[in-house]
Amino acid sequence: MIEIQLTHYLILSAIIFTTGIVGIFINRKNVIIILMSIELILLAVNINLISFSIYLQDMTGQIFTMLILTVAAAEAAIGLAIIVIFYRSKGSVEVENINQMKG
Amino acid sequence: MIIHSIFFYFFSLITVFASLLVILSRNTVNSVFFLILCFISVGSLFIMIGAEFLGMIMLIVYVGAVAILFLFVVMMINVAGQTYSKKSQFEIKKHVPIGILFSIILLLELFVIIGGWKYKDKFVLSKDIMINPAMSNTKAIGTVLYTDYILLFQISGMILLLAMIGAIMLTFRKREGVKRQSYFEQISREKASGVEIKDVPFNQGVKIND
Repeated sequence: MIEIQLTHYLILSAIIFTTGIVGIFINRKNVIIILMSIELILLAVNINLISFSIYLQDMTGQIFTMLILTVAAAEAAIGLAIIVIFYRSKGSVEVENINQMKG
Repeated sequence: MIIHSIFFYFFSLITVFASLLVILSRNTVNSVFFLILCFISVGSLFIMIGAEFLGMIMLIVYVGAVAILFLFVVMMINVAGQTYSKKSQFEIKKHVPIGILFSIILLLELFVIIGGWKYKDKFVLSKDIMINPAMSNTKAIGTVLYTDYILLFQISGMILLLAMIGAIMLTFRKREGVKRQSYFEQISREKASGVEIKDVPFNQGVKIND
């Protein structure tokens, strides 16, 4: 309990992951919170990869963390661009209205 | 080693509370601030465990770029001023129990996975983690990234380029009534078309025809 091992990091990552999932489920107000929940989920995955990489003494996990960071940044940029053009045409970012976006 | 435990619990408690407040706070700007707090404390955990390059990258990329991007968009969009329909208020109440039930089951499953696997003896203990003073974390990442994973590195660069082009294409629009510079016309002007020499009669001036 007092000695920190890999399991502690995995439990922390599991809690953050679940928080992200809850954020996607209970949020019906605006889409930006859902994007932030996705960021939290990716953060949890990063914690997992880095702690495995440290406790296995292998660099590969840190390389993949960098790739996930790249993809997260790209995803945030595209998602926020979509939100901006949706707000421009509809005047709100309510989750209920998002299904009007389908062509 | 006790210092390690104290700092781990400190930063992880901050992370958990901040991530809870991200999804629960009413004001979206506050959510972004708690997201930044979450990123900073996780970055500190990374630095503490020995992945200092990624901890710093976490601060630079996530806090400095992604979270600020969120902040820009939140402040650009009037989230607080939008009105909600009665239907969506009802929908909120309907979704919460199912979501929480699902998430509790998911958390329990994750705990079962973490507690019950059988590869535990492959991992080193915290006190056995080796930190090589001659080979810093940044150097170690560089030697692996630019040799074995060079293809993935270049693909990630292409992903970033694609995201940039996509975001510009999505938000670009032509506005009416805005005067723009036309570089081609400016550069391709010549003396013959740009300047007209007129013979000015005395006391009459020149009539400008447009």
